[in-house]
Amino acid sequence: MTTAEIAPPLQPSGPLPKAREKMGRRFAYGFLILSIVPILIGYAWLIIATVSFRTEGLLPRNAEGGIGGFTLRNWDFITDAAIWNAMWNSLLIAVAMVIGVGIASTAGGYALSRMKFAGRKGFLSMTLVLHAFKAEMLLIAIFFVLRFLGDIPIIGDFIGFNSVGGVALVMIALELPLGIWLMKGFFDNLPWDMERAALIDGASRFRVWWQIMLPQVRPGLAALSLFTFIAGWNAYLVPFTFTIGTKVANMPVFLNQLISDTAPTNWNQVAAVGLFQMIPLLIFFIFTQELLLNIYAGGSKGT
Amino acid sequence: MTQSLDKEALARAAVGAPGQQRKTLGRRLRTTATAYGFMGPAIALVLTFFVAPGILLLILSFTDLSSANFGDPWTFIGFANFERLFSDPFFPKILRNTVFYVFTTLILFNLGLALVLALVTTNIPRRQGFFFRLVWLLPRLTPSVVYILMWQRIGQADPFGIYNQLMPEFLGASGGNLYLGGSPWTFVILTNGFIGASFGMIIFTSALESIPKDLITAAKVDGATVWRIIRDIKLPLIKWPLLFIATYQTLSLLTSFEYILLLTEGGPGLFTTEVWALTAYKRAFATYFGNSQWAFGATWAIVLVTVALLLAVVYVKLFKFNELIEEPRIENL
Repeated sequence: MTTAEIAPPLQPSGPLPKAREKMGRRFAYGFLILSIVPILIGYAWLIIATVSFRTEGLLPRNAEGGIGGFTLRNWDFITDAAIWNAMWNSLLIAVAMVIGVGIASTAGGYALSRMKFAGRKGFLSMTLVLHAFKAEMLLIAIFFVLRFLGDIPIIGDFIGFNSVGGVALVMIALELPLGIWLMKGFFDNLPWDMERAALIDGASRFRVWWQIMLPQVRPGLAALSLFTFIAGWNAYLVPFTFTIGTKVANMPVFLNQLISDTAPTNWNQVAAVGLFQMIPLLIFFIFTQELLLNIYAGGSKGT
Repeated sequence: MTQSLDKEALARAAVGAPGQQRKTLGRRLRTTATAYGFMGPAIALVLTFFVAPGILLLILSFTDLSSANFGDPWTFIGFANFERLFSDPFFPKILRNTVFYVFTTLILFNLGLALVLALVTTNIPRRQGFFFRLVWLLPRLTPSVVYILMWQRIGQADPFGIYNQLMPEFLGASGGNLYLGGSPWTFVILTNGFIGASFGMIIFTSALESIPKDLITAAKVDGATVWRIIRDIKLPLIKWPLLFIATYQTLSLLTSFEYILLLTEGGPGLFTTEVWALTAYKRAFATYFGNSQWAFGATWAIVLVTVALLLAVVYVKLFKFNELIEEPRIENL
């Protein structure tokens, strides 16, 4: 401590520390570059394979086994109705999740942040446990819940087993603990002067929530929506478990059917479908980088 | 706790009605009703898809329900499923697999590599650190099916596998012949680790970035080496995030199986890479012999759920829980 006060700040005492720092820096970059090689290789293959006749390792090969064989035939699926059906189902699930998780979390998060009611503590601790706990273990029992929901007259066909609505409902529920904690955190950070003034003036809670609070948490809601959309778009396990056949399959399930149902697998066509499915994600990745890194951190901390 | 009480008192004082609370029982009831109105959708969903399935899972584990007797009323068979589970010839193997998988992935990747990545990317210029962290986020954003597809191609046998093609060409190694069928565990741990590491990396990075710069500068002036700064200043200061990630990731590794299901389905061969969570799922849903043993699957699941809930209690304690459920600020209006 005392030396820090006396000594002139940061004077290198010789060439040695500098050389060492340089070496350390080189080592750091070497390590980081090496660490991302497997990730980059995976994407490189995906892109090369989509425009190749076949690939060996990362090398495109033509029918005679030489380098080359550029083709767009792998993209023929674009005209296939089945893929647009799967795309539509994916979109339905993702949008339903954005709306469902958005409404339930902003309403629930507001009440948990601003109101005192019986059961508040219990609900908060339960969502916290559920957040850490991957609900994949409950799928067996959820199967029976969905069969039961499917038996309800009229609406049963839309929310039961083997329906897009049923899959969306389960996915909404699974993302909800995270959404509620995230939104509660955003509400907690808002000053409450404006809200209090409005309440004293006789505005209803609902009006306060809708007109005063929601506009202020818009950035938070946007982050949550992006996160939920990606979760919905990528969903595999829940749709795979609770749907049968191709009519209600979403993109990941469709892709997996393509891999396992055709023998031998046409890897290049599969790669093209995979890349096609990633287009919206890549757009998000390019334009919302900062937001993405933040939500994947913020989502875990609860606040 | 005292802090929240103070805030409550402040709120009451601000409204300027100290005696108001008593006379408005009806009003308080109405507040509760309003609160439940706001909570309605969330409560309905949690009850339908967490609470009810949890109870159902427990009940199912005492029945013999399978697709063979689906239409019949449920028959309760006591603890027979549990006896069958613990005397299963593959039970020791599955248990060993689970422990091996969870702790290897956790220590090497979800904690170890995550910490190293966070330390290294915060030690280089900001923009560059950001870039590397962003690339590390890619696997997490990629749909699981596509992500596993890439790893399958990396790990395929000659001549299609990428690893076996690149190794001799660039590193001079004699092929190595590392492929998915031959070393399934290597690939199971790599695929899960490349997803898991980014989570810890992001959390540790924000914790490291919030360490006051003066501390580091002072240590540097005193002549501390990079290693000493990490060991004596940085690591002690991110102790809580480290514990948080350790418990959180133990829990999620223990209960998730999606990537293993896609990559190896627990194979190759009998139960080679099958973990507990995957066994539960496969017994209930994989109709390999034309029979879904829902009740037996539920038994595997409920044992795991119990273990996971015990861990979750530890995790909640670590989470500074009381701070988070601090009383709301305007409930007395």
